[in-house]
Amino acid sequence: MSTTTTRDLAHPAPAKASPAKPRRGLRGSPTFNFWLFTGPFLIGLAIFVYAPILWSIWLSFFEARFTVTPDKFIGFENYTYMLTNDDFVGSLVTFTVFAAFIVPTTWALSLSLALLVNRLRFMRAFFRSVFFLPTACSYVAAALIWKMSIFSGVRFGLMNTVLAWFGIDNIAWLVDPNPPWYWLVIVTARLWLQSGFYMILFLAALQNIPGELYEAAAIDGAKPGWQTFRHITLPQLRATSTAVILLLLIAAYQAFDEFFNLLSKTTWGRPPLVELYYKALGESQDYGAGSAGAVILTVLICAVTLLQGKFMGFGRGDESK
Amino acid sequence: MTTTTPEVSKSAPPSPKPSRGGRGGGVMSSTGLYVATGIAGFFFLVPFYLLVRNALSTDTDITGENWKFFPTDIQWGNVKELFTDETVPFAQSLWNSAVVATLHTVGVLLVCSLAGYGLARIPYRHANKVFYAVLGTLMVPTAVTFVPSFVLVSSLGWVDTYRGLIIPGLFSGFTCFLFRQYFLGFPKELEEAARVDGLGYWGAYWRIVVPNSLNFFAAMATITFINGWNSFLWPLVIGQDPGSWTVQVALSNYMTNQTVVFHLIFMATAFSILPLVFVFLFLQRWLVQGIAQTGIKG
Repeated sequence: MSTTTTRDLAHPAPAKASPAKPRRGLRGSPTFNFWLFTGPFLIGLAIFVYAPILWSIWLSFFEARFTVTPDKFIGFENYTYMLTNDDFVGSLVTFTVFAAFIVPTTWALSLSLALLVNRLRFMRAFFRSVFFLPTACSYVAAALIWKMSIFSGVRFGLMNTVLAWFGIDNIAWLVDPNPPWYWLVIVTARLWLQSGFYMILFLAALQNIPGELYEAAAIDGAKPGWQTFRHITLPQLRATSTAVILLLLIAAYQAFDEFFNLLSKTTWGRPPLVELYYKALGESQDYGAGSAGAVILTVLICAVTLLQGKFMGFGRGDESK
Repeated sequence: MTTTTPEVSKSAPPSPKPSRGGRGGGVMSSTGLYVATGIAGFFFLVPFYLLVRNALSTDTDITGENWKFFPTDIQWGNVKELFTDETVPFAQSLWNSAVVATLHTVGVLLVCSLAGYGLARIPYRHANKVFYAVLGTLMVPTAVTFVPSFVLVSSLGWVDTYRGLIIPGLFSGFTCFLFRQYFLGFPKELEEAARVDGLGYWGAYWRIVVPNSLNFFAAMATITFINGWNSFLWPLVIGQDPGSWTVQVALSNYMTNQTVVFHLIFMATAFSILPLVFVFLFLQRWLVQGIAQTGIKG
C-alpha cells in the first residue's frame, strides 16, 4: 500500500538519509512507520511486562492474601517481613552458594570444551554436537534423569552402583541435607545442560582471534600452551568472558526448574524463585509478601548487574579489537 | 574413539598445513587431546544413553539389584504402552507443547523482528528512549513477575488456554534486542535501493530485508522453538487442568507422583526430547551460527 508514495523520490535524494528527507504524508512518515513496526511489541510489553511489574510493586505495599485487589495499605511491612523471614533470606543464601558454584564451573568447563574442540582436526563437528546436544534437553528432563537414574538414592542408582564397586555405602543424594550432597546433583545437572551453549560462544570468539597474534608471540619466544593462553587467548576472550559470566549470573538468578523438580517438597535448597512460588501460589497465597520478595530480588539483580558492568566493563568489548 | 595416530609430536614445528584449530596451544599431544575430548564426550552422552536404556527396559531391569549397562530385553512395547495408557494424558501434552511452541515461535519472530527493525532503522526522535525502555526489561527477570502475570492472565480468563500459555511470552525484550543488533548490521544499501524503487519501510522490510535475512530468522526460530518447548515455570503456573499441561509440566507431575512407573516416565521423557533432537540434527548449522552471531561475542 505504501508503495504508491513514489513522487517524492523524483527529487534528488541527499546521500545522508535524514528525517528531513521523506515528506510524503502520514503513510510514509518515519514516525508513523516507527509506531507501525514497534507498536504491537510495545503494547504487549506494556500489558504483559510493565503492568505486572507495576502491579507487583503496588501489591507489595498491601496486605494481600488470597486477593489481588487489596484495600489494607501496610507500607513496608511486607518488606520487613520478607527480609526477616528465614525462608526468604535462606533462599538468597541458597542462590549465593549456587551462583558461587555454578558460574565459575560453567565458565571453566565451557571454555575448556571450546579449547579442546577448537584444536581438533578430525571429528570436530561430531564432538561439538556431543557437547551441544544437552542444550536440547529441558531442565525437567534432566532433573528426571538425574533424580531417577544417576543420583537415585537407592542401590540401583548409577552413582551408588559405581560407589559400591569401591565399597562405599549408598548415599541419599537428594533426601538428606546433611551433608548437602544435593548440591552435587544440582550443579552437575546444570553444567551438563548449559556448558555446550556457552562453549559455542567461546568457539566463535576463539575463531575470531587473529592468527598473527600467535605468530608474533612465537617470534617473541612465548611457548605455546600456558604462556600463549595466559597472554593472548585469555585477554582476547575478555569481552566474551564478561558476557558469559553476566548471562550465567542471570540464568542462576532465574533458577527454578531443576530445584523445583529435584527437591520437590523439601524445605532446604530453595532458591528465591522457588521460595516465591510457594509463598505466592502455595497454600498461603500471600501475594503481598510474594510481590515484596520479587521487588527485593529485582533490585538485587539490577544492583549486581550494574556493579558487574562497572567492574568488568560490559559493553566496552570494542576496546580489545 | 581415539582412532587417530599420534603422528604429531609436541616438539614438531607448526605442521605444514596449519589446521584451524592448531593454533594457540601445544601442551597436549594430539592423542592426549582426543583422549580428553573423548572422556568429556562420554560423560556428556551417558545421560542420553541412560534415558534410552531405561525407556526400553522393564521396571525390574531399571530397579534390579545388580545394575547392568545393557537391558536384558529391549521392550519396544513401552512406546505403545505410553500412548495407550488412559491414566496418563501424554499424547495430549505432546500436542499442547507442539501447538504452544510453534505459535510461540511464529508470534515471537513476527512481533520482535518488526520491533527490532523499527528500533534499528526508522529515524524517530524518541527511538532511543523506547529502546532503553525495552532494554530495561532485560534487567527484570521475566520469571520474577510471574505472580502478577498470573493474576493478570487469570483475570482475563486465560488460565488453561493456549492464549494464556502463548501470548504473555511473545514480548521478549531479549529477542527484540537481538533482532535490533542484527538489523543494525544489515547492509543499508539494499534498503536504499528498494526505497528508490518506490517501496516504503513496510514494503522494503517484507520484500527486501526479510528475504535476505532468512538465515538469521531460521536461527532465531530454532532458539525460540527450543525455549518455548522447554519452558516450565509459566506452563506450570497456567496449566491447572491436566488437559492443558505441556510436556514439561506432565513430566514434572509424573516425577512427583507417588506411583512411579519407571519405564513409562523414561519413555515419556525420551519423547519429550525427540523433537528437539531432530531440530538439532537438521538445523544445527543455523543454530550454531545464530548463537555465535547473537552479538554477544567479543
